[in-house]
Amino acid sequence: MTTPILELNDVSVDFDGFFALTDLSLSLSHGELRSIIGPNGAGKTTFLDVITGKVRPTKGSVSLRGASIVGLSEQKISLLGVGRKFQTPRVFENLTVTRNLELAASPTKEPFSLMFKKLGPTAKDEVHRLMDYVGLAPFAKVLAGSLSHGQKQWLAISMLVAQSPDIILLDEPVAGLTDEETNRTAELIKSLAGEHTVVVIEHDMEFIRDLGAPVTVLHQGKLLTEGTLDEVKSDPKVIEVYLGQAD
Amino acid sequence: MKLFKKLIPWLLLAFAFFVLPAILSQFRLNLFGRYFSLAIVALGIDLIWGYTGLLSLGQGIFFALGGYAIGMHLLLVTQNDFTTGANGLPKFFENYGVDNLPFFWQPFWSFPWTLIAIWLIPAIVAGLVGYLIFRNRIKGVYFSIITQASLMVFYHFFNGQQKLVNGTNGLKTSTTEIFGMVVGSDDAQIVFYRITLILLPFAYLLCKFLTSGRFGDALIGIRDDEARLRFTGFNPVPFKVIVYLVAGGLAGISGALYTIQSGIVSPQYMAIPMSIEMVIWVAVGGRGTLIGPIIGAVLVNYLRSLVSEALPEAWLFVQGGLFIFVVVLMPDGIYGWFKNGGFMSMLAAFGLAKKSATYPKVDMDEGYAAES
Repeated sequence: MTTPILELNDVSVDFDGFFALTDLSLSLSHGELRSIIGPNGAGKTTFLDVITGKVRPTKGSVSLRGASIVGLSEQKISLLGVGRKFQTPRVFENLTVTRNLELAASPTKEPFSLMFKKLGPTAKDEVHRLMDYVGLAPFAKVLAGSLSHGQKQWLAISMLVAQSPDIILLDEPVAGLTDEETNRTAELIKSLAGEHTVVVIEHDMEFIRDLGAPVTVLHQGKLLTEGTLDEVKSDPKVIEVYLGQAD
Repeated sequence: MKLFKKLIPWLLLAFAFFVLPAILSQFRLNLFGRYFSLAIVALGIDLIWGYTGLLSLGQGIFFALGGYAIGMHLLLVTQNDFTTGANGLPKFFENYGVDNLPFFWQPFWSFPWTLIAIWLIPAIVAGLVGYLIFRNRIKGVYFSIITQASLMVFYHFFNGQQKLVNGTNGLKTSTTEIFGMVVGSDDAQIVFYRITLILLPFAYLLCKFLTSGRFGDALIGIRDDEARLRFTGFNPVPFKVIVYLVAGGLAGISGALYTIQSGIVSPQYMAIPMSIEMVIWVAVGGRGTLIGPIIGAVLVNYLRSLVSEALPEAWLFVQGGLFIFVVVLMPDGIYGWFKNGGFMSMLAAFGLAKKSATYPKVDMDEGYAAES
């Protein structure tokens, strides 16, 4: 096996005595698509916080392409190629759809180049391509704040793609979407895998099945099991944490 | 029509530049000169608060620093009986037995340096203060509190330093001379009025440049969701430092213009109410627009003059009432209210104009109305 693009080793996060993650080890190889499930409070979001630099692990190591990223700021990790979509669709509500995407797609994030340089044609084309792809082209000049929930989700995802990160972390990408939108999102995500490494956190099992990717189950901050969806579903440990102990 | 709308501010500017001096009394004109200079500090506040979401309650620091810079220069270069003491230094030094000019006064002999210092010193101070605050990720209300605390530090420092800057008395510039004119004279004042009106559009255009492009998008991104912007790969710190620095520089220019037109600079410019009033002007005029703060600064201060002339005690009540009125009924300020069609819907409420069609299908389609 080639060296993993992202590797977590014995990562623990201690919030004043409460362990959100306990000795979690996980590795992702380049181009992999991975689903992560787990009941509420399993540490799924903390797991993303640790990777993206929002939360510093109390113990353990996180390395990207073999180099440690523990202690780096969020923007540095982002520039190293880790992109994240939040649980709620976070977009810049007072900017238009185009401008949201242009900010994300901008190859430079430095104040003075933003002041004096125009966005290059490649980035502009990418913005148009993405808007067409997710069906937001008719809303190009609409403020992101007035989009519907599903459109905001897609805008958030396409902003992530516009950043063109090597690793795409999606926290509940289909929450609140219609079935049709969910199917389309699954397609989009599958098309991203291969070129990018994609991690999807979801509660929607149908959607996880659509993705057809290896599933990792987290429970109380620990890695419970890994496998295909069917393997995982028939695992007694998983059934126990989801449905409670069978008497 | 669109072109006409775009031209309105420039027409008003030309009107203020050419027509007002002819029709207003010298006293009134001087007051308007002060209002326009205050509009410059308001523009800076709009840049950091309206666009970037940083509510600074300490812009008085930078405003006063600009005022002191020009004040020191004027006191130094003027040699007349009113301002110069027996030892050739500004007169107030005599009162405290100071015979040697404090070192930091020295460069202010130079006029070019003074012109630079007016904006450079406040900008550097703002940049330093801003860097320390923003680097430590202090934001929201904590940022406001820290800026206000810094304001108090500066206020008490300047108040207490009689031997350096004449303490609480401040520096009186009206009796000083510049280019052979007494600063407080009518001839000089009309020049200052015109300089103010030339600098104001430059300040406006600078803010316009900063807010309209991708840099401006990033500022709005910081205001709306700073954490999101970080995850997109932007470091918000330099953006915030830059706008805070620019706002500080604008405040300095504003303070210098205000000082020469009001005749004095004193630590009162760093008093807490002054800085809060600056914020009120922006809120009243309309934050997040660049015309708004200019309207707010001029209108509120004009109103202040009118009210104070009629009922000297009433102004603070009127100001407070105005602020509450705007916050409750016009959250986007006067300009924002006009822009969002508030005027037309008010006319409509009184039956003077056609109601805007919020649900065109329901309102306009007669068949639809008949069915229901």
